[in-house]
Amino acid sequence: MAPYSFLAIAKNALAGHRNWPRAWRDPEPRPRYQVVIVGAGGHGLATAYYLAKEHGIADVAVLEKGWLGGGNTGRNTTIIRSNYLLDANARLYDFSLKLWEGLSRDLNYNVMASQRGVLNLGHSDAQMDGYARRGNAMRLNGIDAELLGREDVQRMVPLLDFSREARFPIYGGLLQRRGGTARHDALAWGLARAADRRGVDIIQNCEVTGIRVEGGRVRGVETSRGYIGADKVGIAVAGHTSHVAAMAGLRLPIESHVLQAFVSEPLKPFLDTVVTFGAGHFYVSQSDKGELVMGGDLDMYNSYAQRGNMPMVEHTLASGLSIFPCFSRLRMMRLWGGVNDMTMDGSPIIAKTPIEGLYVNGGWCYGGFKASPGSGWAFAHTIALDRPHALNEAFTLERFRRGYVLDEKGAGPTPNAH
Amino acid sequence: MLLIECPWCGPREQVEFTYAGDAAPRRPQPTAGEAAFFDYVYLRDNPRGPHRELWHHTGGCRRYLVASRDTLTHAISATSPVHGARK
Repeated sequence: MAPYSFLAIAKNALAGHRNWPRAWRDPEPRPRYQVVIVGAGGHGLATAYYLAKEHGIADVAVLEKGWLGGGNTGRNTTIIRSNYLLDANARLYDFSLKLWEGLSRDLNYNVMASQRGVLNLGHSDAQMDGYARRGNAMRLNGIDAELLGREDVQRMVPLLDFSREARFPIYGGLLQRRGGTARHDALAWGLARAADRRGVDIIQNCEVTGIRVEGGRVRGVETSRGYIGADKVGIAVAGHTSHVAAMAGLRLPIESHVLQAFVSEPLKPFLDTVVTFGAGHFYVSQSDKGELVMGGDLDMYNSYAQRGNMPMVEHTLASGLSIFPCFSRLRMMRLWGGVNDMTMDGSPIIAKTPIEGLYVNGGWCYGGFKASPGSGWAFAHTIALDRPHALNEAFTLERFRRGYVLDEKGAGPTPNAH
Repeated sequence: MLLIECPWCGPREQVEFTYAGDAAPRRPQPTAGEAAFFDYVYLRDNPRGPHRELWHHTGGCRRYLVASRDTLTHAISATSPVHGARK
């Protein structure tokens, strides 16, 4: 398959764009693969891509119960960043951000990564102290961070409420300029195409219904399209990690919760960065189509429904209005929910399991999208070499039992508090 | 909006309540050992379907109740007081 290029566009334009080949094949599943990845979202596809690219393992199938990128990859608010306090998180997410920086070229597919900055607003002296601490921790890990004063923030985002009546006055902010947004669907499509070109089979409409384990070792997976044998199986199923892992008898420190996101009617460009509210849970950016893409907090109760409830809609938008009063007359175009697998410490799991040949990548809470390339890279390493890379050695299943939790906020073992 | 039937106050809107998680884990005896406590604190069945869970009526009588709610549809089939219901 020819790479995408200016020449290819010109040639196809002359032919009326009727001759573009399909971006990836639609193969029948073979009876056996070296590696089977469950879940064709950003993490699963990235894992397959890096297995083929970095480890020369192309005998890989990615099984997807629905359509590619139809889960949380297509449901997030597209933010990329690495503004984390704890070393293990900072290193993994910044590695991922570095992959994002070169991903379009690497995949030969425009993922529209836009480093427009991620600005966390501070609303009290204590919060500014907290930001200074986190910013310093980031810089010690080689990540860019800038502490902004109130005037700096006002210059950057003049439409925020800087009046004396503001319920949560803006004291300043923590800015990561290398953060920003990317096109979520393009990540799935670009990775699928790039993995497919390296020989990976992406099999959609193929639901995994069981994991065959014999003698403590994984043998393959039962699917809606028959049994598929595999030397190694990697689980990358976003909000559904618990019940897929349960097919192999594993019980995980995870609860699934629903998180909603919102898109407004399109506006002329007015917001050229990502802004997050510091006194509640609200974040907003403006898409290339002009729509405001917004998100907030979990609905707070266990859910697999992919839809939320009105109280959190009101709460999220009220949070938004308290910093952007100018949004008050905006009409919403769409809202939707995604299922997040919330771990007991708010950090992900990229690890081996007690079952030989079975690996799990999950518990991304609501921070998975930005991590997709780095997570896939580290998961591919873990699967190929049967041991974690230094980047993911802290993200084990055992950390909960052994007390080495990675609790960014110090919220404790309460999944919906992270 | 969920409508939650408080055993003491009657049907009330979800915003009066605070979710308090899975009702299944029971605090082990102090002598039960590390594995039992690990299980209690960290591991969850996280079912897709019927789920028995605790809600705290923070904006009402401030008592806890157990709701049987489906995590796929959000439909609540029954609520009951914590005591008696969790045997």
